[in-house]
Amino acid sequence: MLYIPCPYCGARDETEFTYGGPAYVTRPELSASDREWTEYLYHRQNTEGPYRERWLHGFGCGRWFNVLRDTTTNEIQKVYPMGGSDRLIETGR
Amino acid sequence: MSARGPYRLKERADAVPVEFRFDGRALRGVEGDTVASALLANGVRVVSRSFKFHRPRGIFSAGVEEPNALVQLHTGVHGIPCARATLVPLTTGLEVASQAGWPSVSFDVLRAIDGVHSVFAAGFYNRTFMWPSWHMYEPIIRKLAGFGRAPTGPDPDRYETRHAHCDVLVIGGGTAGIKAARTAAAGGQRVFLVEQHEDFGADVSTLEALPNTQVLARTTAVGYYDHDLVALAQGVAGGGGAALPRERLWLVRASRVVLATGALEQPLIFSNNDRPGIMLAGAALQYLRRHGVAPGREVVLATNNDSAYHTARELRLAGVNVVALVDSRESAHRALLQEMRGVGIAVHGHCMPINTQGFGALSGVTIALLGGKGASNLRRLACDTLLVSGGWSPTLHLFAQAGGKLQFSESGRTFEPVADAPRIEIVGSAGQIPRGELGERVSRVGNTARQWVDLRHDVTVSDIELAVRENFTAVEHIKRYTTLGMSVDQGKLGQAPAVEVIARARGIQPAELGHTTFRPPFVPVTLGTMVGRSVGALYAPNRRTSLYGLQAAAGALFEDFGEWQRAAAFPRPGEAREQAMAREVQRIRHGVGVYDASPLGKIELIGPDALDFADRFYINNLKTLHMRRARYGIMLRETGIIFDDGTVVVLDADRVLLTTTSSGAGRVAAWLEEWRQCEWPQARVVVMPVTDQWATVALTGQHARAIFERLQPGCDVSNEAFPHLGFRATTLFGREARIYRVSFSGELTYEINVPSDQGPQLWTALLEEGRSFGIGPYGVDALLHARMEKGFLHIGADTDGTTVPDDVGFGKPAAAKLRHYIGKRSLQLPENMRPDRLQLVGLAGERAAALPVGSHLRLADSHEATDGWVTSAGLLSTNGTPVAIAMLRAGRRQTDRSVTVHDGGRIVTTARVVAPLFYDPTGGRMNA
Repeated sequence: MLYIPCPYCGARDETEFTYGGPAYVTRPELSASDREWTEYLYHRQNTEGPYRERWLHGFGCGRWFNVLRDTTTNEIQKVYPMGGSDRLIETGR
Repeated sequence: MSARGPYRLKERADAVPVEFRFDGRALRGVEGDTVASALLANGVRVVSRSFKFHRPRGIFSAGVEEPNALVQLHTGVHGIPCARATLVPLTTGLEVASQAGWPSVSFDVLRAIDGVHSVFAAGFYNRTFMWPSWHMYEPIIRKLAGFGRAPTGPDPDRYETRHAHCDVLVIGGGTAGIKAARTAAAGGQRVFLVEQHEDFGADVSTLEALPNTQVLARTTAVGYYDHDLVALAQGVAGGGGAALPRERLWLVRASRVVLATGALEQPLIFSNNDRPGIMLAGAALQYLRRHGVAPGREVVLATNNDSAYHTARELRLAGVNVVALVDSRESAHRALLQEMRGVGIAVHGHCMPINTQGFGALSGVTIALLGGKGASNLRRLACDTLLVSGGWSPTLHLFAQAGGKLQFSESGRTFEPVADAPRIEIVGSAGQIPRGELGERVSRVGNTARQWVDLRHDVTVSDIELAVRENFTAVEHIKRYTTLGMSVDQGKLGQAPAVEVIARARGIQPAELGHTTFRPPFVPVTLGTMVGRSVGALYAPNRRTSLYGLQAAAGALFEDFGEWQRAAAFPRPGEAREQAMAREVQRIRHGVGVYDASPLGKIELIGPDALDFADRFYINNLKTLHMRRARYGIMLRETGIIFDDGTVVVLDADRVLLTTTSSGAGRVAAWLEEWRQCEWPQARVVVMPVTDQWATVALTGQHARAIFERLQPGCDVSNEAFPHLGFRATTLFGREARIYRVSFSGELTYEINVPSDQGPQLWTALLEEGRSFGIGPYGVDALLHARMEKGFLHIGADTDGTTVPDDVGFGKPAAAKLRHYIGKRSLQLPENMRPDRLQLVGLAGERAAALPVGSHLRLADSHEATDGWVTSAGLLSTNGTPVAIAMLRAGRRQTDRSVTVHDGGRIVTTARVVAPLFYDPTGGRMNA
C-alpha cells in the first residue's frame, strides 16, 4: 500500500486515494483525426521508471493532483497540482 | 511412541502444570511450554506423517521453519488446521491432534507407500491422475496428504485490524532487537518492538513501561509492503471468545525498520535424514534453555560449523548423554576440540552421517569419513537423537519482500544482501553471516531418493536430479515441478542446502542460480486476521432511505440495489414477489401509487458557469432549456459509451440541478468533479452532490393530480400550468420542496422532493390524501416493469459497456448538438457507426412462453453465433402476452422479422421484432 503525499493534506495511505491514470494525456480538439483521437483514448506509454500520473484524494480533501512515481520502485519523487507542472512540490518523505 | 521419560531435566518449583490432550491422550506440560516442548517433554516422538510417503516424522525445529509438527488444534468451529506446534503456547485443556495417519499417527498403514516410493517421483501426480480428470482423484489424495480439518462452521471469534505509525519498527525480540529498541526509545522515537514467540530474549518490562514504545509478543511481521508498510499478525494473549479478539492485524507504517530476525539453522542432507529424533541442533538448545527439556537420552550431533560445539557442551553440562559430535570439516578449531575433550564428548572430524536406522523413531546413525571416492571408515553410532547443524542463514524474507536484492555468497554459503535498502537496518545474526569455514552439508553418497531436501513436501535429492534431467533449469521452475519449498513452511528450512543440491545437479555454482521470490505472508495468516471486522453485517455499508421504516411497516420486501436497500415489492400475505409486482403495476396503470425514489441521484451545479458546464456532459443541447423546465439527458464517457442518464433543470441563473440514476449518483458526481478540476479548472462552478439531503416520493397514476392538489391547495396543477417535464420549486410543510413532473412508468407522475427528514411526513400525507383513491405503495419491480412496457432505457440493464446513443435511438440529438461534449468525437469513429451494431428493439413473443432475460437471439439467415440478447422482459400488463426489450444486430432494420430465442442451449420460443414501445404509444397518459 503506497503512502501518498497529498499536497494539500500530507501523506496518507493509498486507500484514501483513487488512481486516475496518466497525467500527460492532452485532450485533442473535435477536429482531431481518428488516429489522434483513438491514441488519446487508448494509447498509453506503460513507462518503466519515472511516470507522471493523476491521483484523487477522495477520502480527504477531494482534490486531484499529479504524482511523479517510479514504476519500478514505487518511489514517489514529486507531487504537483493540476495544471501546475512548473510548480513541483518536493515530497520530502 | 514414547521413549522412556522423563525428558524434563529441570522443573522450577513454582512451575504451573498445564493439562492438555494429544490424539486423545491426557498429557501434562507446564506454563510457558509450547505444544512442541510439551510433546518433547512427554517423550512423544512421532507427531505427523509425511506428505507423500507417510513416513513418521518428529519435531524438527523450535520455530517458524517447522516442517513436521503441523497439528490440528481444537475441534468443530474452533478448529485450526496446520498449526505449528513449535509456535503454539500450551494452554489448559488444549486439544491437539495429529493430521495424518490411519489408524494412528504412530502406526499408519499407508506407510506401505514408502515401500514403493520410487514410483512417487517429481511430477508423479501430474502425470498419473490425468484420466479422466484430476478432480476425480483430488478428494482422496488430499485426505491422504493430511491437511487437517477446516472449521465446521462460521468462525465465532472476533478479529481486529489496527493501523499505526512509528519512527522505528524493530522486528525480532532477541538481544539485538531489544538493544535497537532501547536505543531508539531512549532517543525519544516512537518504537514498535515485535517478537513472534511468547518470550523475549531479555527482560523488556522497562521498555514496555515507556510511553513511546509498543511491545508486542506473539506477533509476527508477515508482510513488507510498499513505502515501508509492515503487516503484523498478533495472537492476542487470552484472546478468543467475546471479550478479546483472537488475532489482530497491525498495519504499521514505519519510518525505519530494524530487522533483528535472527538466522535459521540449515539441516544436513544425507540418507534417511528425516527420522523422528533428528532435530536442528539450535532447536535442541532452545528447548533446553527455555523449557528445560532434553531432546533425547543418547544424543549425537552432526555439524559442518562451530555452533554445534557450544550446543553439545551445554547439553552435556545439563546432564544429557552426548554420545559424539561429528564434524564434516577436516579439522575444527583447537579450542573447540579441547572443550569437547573437557566434557568428555568424542569428536569425529571430517565425517558426516550417511544414513540412519530406526523404524518408528531413530535408533542409530551411520557416519563415514569424507574425502576420496565414496565413503570409507563406516561407523555406526547408537542414539535416539541426532542433532544436525548445516550452518546458519539470516532470515531476510522481509528484506527481500521490501525489494532488497539477495545473492548466494560463496563464503557464507547462504543468501545475503547485495546492497543496503534505504530504510532497513539489519542487526544481530540476521546481519552477520558467520565467516568461519563451513564443511560439507550434502552427502555425496547414499540413496538420493531417501535424502530429503524438503521434509514437508517429501522432496528428495533424486526429485531435483530428475527435474534437471528433464531440462528444468531455473529455480522457479524446479520449485514448481518438484514442489520444493511450496508447502506451509514455504521452504524456510534448508533453502541454502537446497540451492547447493540444485547447483550440483546442474553442475554450476550456487551463486549463478538466484532464489525463488519471497512473497508475503512470511508465515500462514488466518483469513480471520486478514478480514478483521469486515464480515457479515459489517462487510459493506448498508444504506436506507428515510422511508425505510414506513415501507417495512407496509410489508416491503427489501433488496440490495447498489448500496441501497430498497423495497422491491410489497407482497401481501401468501403473495409471491412476481404476483405483487403485477398487482402494483395494475395499481399505477389504473389507480394511484407512491414510490420511494429517494436514492435517485441529485447533484447541484452552482456558479455562473453552471449551465455551460453541464452542457459539456450531455448529448442533449441544454442551451435551449427554459428556466425551471426539466430535460431528459444522456451522458457519455469520452469513448462515446453511454454512462448515465437523468434530468437537467435550471433552478436559477447560477444554479443547475441534475438527477442521475440511483446507482450512478456517486460516479457521476466524481466524474463531473474530475473534469472540473483536471480539464476545466477555470470554470466558475461547484459540484455539490445532494442525494442524501432529499427524500423523493413519486406519486403515480391517473389520480395523482387530484391528490397532489389536496397536498398543495390552491395551486394550479392543470396540465397547462404544470405540464409534463415541468418543475416547481415550492414550499411543503413549511419548508423547501422541489417537484418534477416526469415519468418513468408512462403514467402521470409527480416526483416530490422534500428535505430528507420530512420524507416520512410526505409519505404519510400522500397515503392519507389518497386513501379514497385506493392509493398504495409500489416497489422497484413494478416501476422497472412499467418502464419496460414504455421502452424507457434502464442504463446498465439495457445498455452495456459498448452501447452508444444511436444504438438505443438517440443518434439524432447526439449528432445534432454541435458542441464538443464529452464523447462526441468518439461517436464519429468507424466502429461506432457500423451498420451492424446491436440496436434496441422490442420483441413480441410468438408463443405463450416468456422471453428469459439474457437469452440469445438469432435471425433466420444468420451465420453469427448470436445476433443479440434480451435485456428486459415480462408479461404485458394489458393482455398478459410476453414482451421484451432486446439488443439486436442492426435491429431497427429487422422490424417484423422473427427471431429464435435461445436459453440454456436450446430454442425456448420465437419472437417478432417490433418497436420497443408496448404501452400507450402516443404518450397520452403521461402527458395528460
